[in-house]
Amino acid sequence: MNALRPHAANVRGPSVARRSRLAIWLVCCLVVTLLLTCVSLIAGTSSVETSWSWLVSPDSQASVVLWEIRLPRTVGAWLAGALLGLSGAIAQGVFRNPLAEPYLLGTASGAALGVTISLIAADASFGGLEWIGKLGLTGAACVGACAAIALTITLARGVIETTSLLLAGIVVGFVLSAVMSLLLLAKPEIWRAVQIFMFGSTAFLSWSSTGLLATVLCICIVPALLLARGLDALTLGDDTAQSLGLSLPALRLSLLGLVSLGTATTVGQIGIVGFVGLVAPHLVRETLSVNHRQLLIGAALCGGALLQAADLLSRWVIRPSELPVGAVTACVGGTYLLFLLWRRSRWMR
Amino acid sequence: MAKIAMDAVSIAAPAVPPALTCRDLSAAYGSRTVLDGISLDIHAGSWTAVVGPNGSGKSTLLRTLAGLREPRTGTISLQGRSLSAWPRRERARRLAWLAQSSSATDLTALEVVALGRFAHSGWLAHRQAVDDAAMHRAMVATGSLSWARRRLSTLSGGERQRVHLARVLAAEAPVLLLDEPTTHLDPPHQEEVALLLREQARAGVCVVSAIHDLSLALAADRLIVLGQHGVVGHGGVGDALSGDWLSAAFRTRVDIVDQRGVLLWRPALGARPRD
Repeated sequence: MNALRPHAANVRGPSVARRSRLAIWLVCCLVVTLLLTCVSLIAGTSSVETSWSWLVSPDSQASVVLWEIRLPRTVGAWLAGALLGLSGAIAQGVFRNPLAEPYLLGTASGAALGVTISLIAADASFGGLEWIGKLGLTGAACVGACAAIALTITLARGVIETTSLLLAGIVVGFVLSAVMSLLLLAKPEIWRAVQIFMFGSTAFLSWSSTGLLATVLCICIVPALLLARGLDALTLGDDTAQSLGLSLPALRLSLLGLVSLGTATTVGQIGIVGFVGLVAPHLVRETLSVNHRQLLIGAALCGGALLQAADLLSRWVIRPSELPVGAVTACVGGTYLLFLLWRRSRWMR
Repeated sequence: MAKIAMDAVSIAAPAVPPALTCRDLSAAYGSRTVLDGISLDIHAGSWTAVVGPNGSGKSTLLRTLAGLREPRTGTISLQGRSLSAWPRRERARRLAWLAQSSSATDLTALEVVALGRFAHSGWLAHRQAVDDAAMHRAMVATGSLSWARRRLSTLSGGERQRVHLARVLAAEAPVLLLDEPTTHLDPPHQEEVALLLREQARAGVCVVSAIHDLSLALAADRLIVLGQHGVVGHGGVGDALSGDWLSAAFRTRVDIVDQRGVLLWRPALGARPRD
């Protein structure tokens, strides 16, 4: 290959330009997060002036509102968004599909059904089902999400065939939604409560739920970063990844386990919030050329900031009332995806 | 003299087992049998080209030999040990495989080549100097070093193929199974890949490649000629020509001409009716 002899370049790590771009991006993300956190503290149903006076000269009411309601809410929203972003990036890598999202294994419908059953059981008129009511909405959502994932994996006969998994996830999602609709028909008075859950809400986040989200984020992100090379290898195709010495079933099962844990926990805490897990990895890919290790970190940071911003908007737009945070993420995320589509079609022309 | 002769026998290298062996190998897609009763011994230090008409099972043979699909029947041995008995990463250090069609990933060329060292560097991707050196050698050999930091999705098909070839070479495995390594390459680069494969074989590597271009395949040391019903022949290029294996495999007259020591396939371009 004499005609193609090397140019002066070495094979050690990414270029300086790429590394500095990544550093700038990460710093920007952290600055935005800090700004959003500060703004979230002074944004609420009370006026900005009141909030500001609380910050300057705190009293007992101020400390409750700021440190027991607003701060855990915004920190919790960041953590939940980070988990969704991370889960979305992993799901897109496992399925090699940029439209994959954390809920595609049927988690959303499973969690919604879990909540519905829990609300019905809490009514205590159903003998033998009281224990479900005792799980609480959060626990029921988590159990429902996990059961949906187990059902999806069973129907797909394992995790070898990603197409089967996708199809099984869609089927499980539809069937569980149908069951939930039937239950709601039989018990229409719980519809309002289920609706709040299905649109997503960060209003109920407390320090304990924030602690849980932080723990799960730590549990998920460490193995995800370790397995990031496997996600890189999967982009070369199943056969090539296998020929490199990877065990695909073990890799996929581990990664989907992380997606399931992250999604089930998030759904349990804030309900169904769409688009964050789908859009966050795209935002990173659009601005940076990254491998999966960087993508996972970027998607988590980006998802956190996105959900924090959506939470802020949901409180701000029609205050003193609140918009469902899921509706805000759907509007913003959907618009962004349309923009991507428009740009791609222009580029193709 | 007798003593010397005895010593010569005792210090002679023991018979080296073939790098890759298969016995009674058969593979099928559903009810369609693609390979049937194939037995091969492929030795280190040679470049073997697999040729045959479309659908004769060249890719299936390579994928089965690489352990990427289960054979319906038969056994495969890598360096004298059953292929399935090798631990996954140990096997990947000894056997590298190149797919027929390369994917357009968003990873950079350097990251793709680094994946070729996965079996050596593991999950933490903690690359040693030896890994960097292997990657550098492979990228220089394939002429892909100048795109090291470009995304694969921004490269042309031929450039991408050379990066994937570099990934395979970076593994520094003693057995290389390459499915159409010259796909998308222009003729000068095809020739350079052929020279590279020959160089690898001279260095003791067992190179097996499926190749469409008959002239290029005839530059190999040995041929495995596949027909629609299994192996037509397996041996040196001279054996293939004297036995007219190619005509039998393609079920039409295949003319090979000797152009100053270089064997070339001469297409008839419709001048001759098919058998």
